[in-house]
This record gives sequence, structure tokens and C-alpha cells, in this order.
Amino acid sequence: MTSDHDHGRGVSRRKILECMTWAGTGVLWTMAGGMPRSMGIIGDATAAEPSGLTFLQISDSHVGFDKPANPNALGTLEEAINKIKALPVKPSFVIHTGDITHLSKPSEFDDADRIISQARLDVHYVPGEHDVLDGDLKLYRDRYGRGTKGAGWYSFDANGVHFIGLVNVVDLKAGGLGNLGDDQLEWLEDDLKGRSASTPIVVFAHIPLWSVYPQWGWGTDDAARALDYLKRFGSVTVLNGHIHQIMQKVEGNVTFHTAMSTAFPQPAPGMAPSPGPMKVADDKLRALLGVTDVTFKRGQQRLAIIDQPLKG
Amino acid sequence: MTTIASHIRVATALAVAVFAVATALPAASAHVAETEVKIDNFAFAPQRVVVKAGTTVIWINDDDIPHTVASSARLFKSNALDTKDKFSFTFTTAGAYEYFCSLHPHMTGTIVVEAATGSRAAQ
Repeated sequence: MTSDHDHGRGVSRRKILECMTWAGTGVLWTMAGGMPRSMGIIGDATAAEPSGLTFLQISDSHVGFDKPANPNALGTLEEAINKIKALPVKPSFVIHTGDITHLSKPSEFDDADRIISQARLDVHYVPGEHDVLDGDLKLYRDRYGRGTKGAGWYSFDANGVHFIGLVNVVDLKAGGLGNLGDDQLEWLEDDLKGRSASTPIVVFAHIPLWSVYPQWGWGTDDAARALDYLKRFGSVTVLNGHIHQIMQKVEGNVTFHTAMSTAFPQPAPGMAPSPGPMKVADDKLRALLGVTDVTFKRGQQRLAIIDQPLKG
Repeated sequence: MTTIASHIRVATALAVAVFAVATALPAASAHVAETEVKIDNFAFAPQRVVVKAGTTVIWINDDDIPHTVASSARLFKSNALDTKDKFSFTFTTAGAYEYFCSLHPHMTGTIVVEAATGSRAAQ
């Protein structure tokens, strides 16, 4: 998964299918000249050049989950963090795309913090629907909401790249999908105003901002408005979680990518009666959990994205 | 401290009293109507239920993922229901009540409540 974008534009069908078989550790992202490229799994990341900005995405750690699909979600999160600690090139920071906990319990947030802090890296969070079960978001915001707006959205800059964390898991409407809402969209429009179109943009949110599979709720109702504000930018990378498997789509200047969970895999769209946790043989689980490594390099259009299973 | 302690005693006594009434009810009234809706595979089953006014609908989550039961008109809303957790609501007025899971809003259901008629109405 190190060279998806080396041959012409976009990702080959074979590579996409390869990617879709993974669910797992995290994705290492490389910003290369404006376009993020997934570099594949963590083991391959050593091949990446250490120049530019490298950050890591982890997602869906579901701390507290103890069902048959993975009775020890805290343990696999710890394995993912150990993998991050062992990376030859230390990432600048980590993005967590939500579902930190399974049931928004204070003890689950505490356990997650205890493990994730071992990476000794700054972590930028957005909530998943499992992190806001208390309704008023107090548990999430008390821990991660400092400096954020509304339900927890914010932006920051690193190495000339503009990062935007969006919240699409609150105030969901009956029959609908993920939801950003007017307040957040207005903030986004304002946040992007005046920025040069050559500024590389990375947007991260829990539920996919593209329509992966609406029948299972895998999409965001008002994402089109957000993407409309982003369309003048030459390089936009959208990083999501929620679906516990890798999927990638390139549409014009926008690269969409979803990360594996560190807790349990979910079935490919329509391949099971529901999107519930997928039970696999014990020796297969770690190939379906992972993290994502991203590297940005000046002069290249796409970020390099490497999805890294806990075990290949 | 004394005041707090006495409040606790009163609260305990009330709780016991309420419990006694609750357990006595089914025996006193043979026609307490209950209907069950299962939450399974990210769906409410049956998705549409028709009941008489006065019926208590009980939702049970059979999934490995938490769900909620939230009235679209904000008449009722459960906490997050973990596996095997239950939520119940008694419908006293005729009408169609739409609801959904506030975590997975593509999951929707309807409770249709018909006016209770005849001798059963009193109960």
C-alpha cells in the first residue's frame, strides 16, 4: 500500500480491493505537496522519507467493548499505541476520529486516556456517536472540548496545512444520516474564507463525509455543503472512521479515506444483515484492526496514506 | 445532616411504597397490555406496531451495539440501551407515534395507538 498513487492518478482497483480487506491499527498519513497519500500499513512506513509532515490517524477504539467480536478492545488499543511508539519516524501528532469509548462512561474515557497518552503525542479528537451518549456532551467536552466551538469543532494549522475537525454525530434527524448542521457549516465557511486555494486542507470527522452506504447510515446528510466550501482548494483530504474498514475514493481534488478501528471490524457494505461488529477467527482479528499513517511532502499533490494493521 | 438523613428515609419509604404498588398492579388488573419491540440488526422489529391506548411498549436491545428509542416529536427518549437493556413507554392517547434511534437515525419505527373501546377501555 505504499505506491497507490505512483502510477497515474487515483488508486488502482486492485489496490482498493486490497485496502478494503484491511480493518485495523491506524493510518499513517503523509502530506506530500498538498495531497495526502496513505502509505499503507505501519510496517511499510519505514520506506517513507522522513521529510515533510507526518501524522497518525487512529479511530473507533470503543474502549469498554467486550463482546465476542473482540472481548478486549482496550488491549488492542494498547497494541496500536505500542505500534505507534515503535515507529522509526515519530509522527508530529495523532488524530482520533471518534468512538473513543463504547458507552461514554467516565471509566472508559479514563482508560482510553491512560493508554493513548502512552504515545506521548498531541492528540486531536472529534467525537463519535458512542462518545456523546450522555446527551449534553459534557463527558466528551470536559476532556477534549477546550478551544473548540459548538459541539466540538475546531481548526488548526501545522506545517502550512490547515486541519479542520468536524462533528457530525449530534442532533441527528429521524431517517437521516450524519449531520453537520447550519451553525457548524457557517463556521466552516467563515474558517475557510480568505485562505489561499493552494493551502492543503485536511478535514476529519467521525462519520464518512461521502456517501459510502446510506442504507447503513454511512454518510452525512449535509456534507455536500461542506465540500462546496472546499472545492476551490487544490488539495483536500477527508479522513473518517465509523465504518471500521478502509475505503478510499478520489473525486477531483478531494481524497476521501476511512480508517480501520482498533477494536473490531465491521462488514463490507451490504455483505451482512447489519453493520454490527463482525466476528472473525481469532487469528484474523489483528489483520483487520490498525492505524493510519499520513505524510505530507511539499511539491507532491497528494498526501501519502499508509494503513497499518496490528498484524499483517 | 439530620435533615438529609430524614430525607433519605422518606425517599426510601416512598421507593418501597412505589415498588409495592408496582408489583401489586399486574395481579389487580389482568388486562395490563404490553407489547415488545426487538432491536436487532440495526432495526426495530416489528417496525410498525398497532396497539390499543393504555398499552406499554417495551423495547429490548438484542444488538452488540447500543441504540436509543427517541420519539420524533420528542415525547419520549430512552438513555443509550446496551445489549439486553430495555426501555418502556405507555401510550395513553390515540395517534401515530414515529420514533428513531438517535445514534443510528436510519433506524425508524412507528407505534400506532388506537382508541381503547368497549369494556377493556376502563382497564
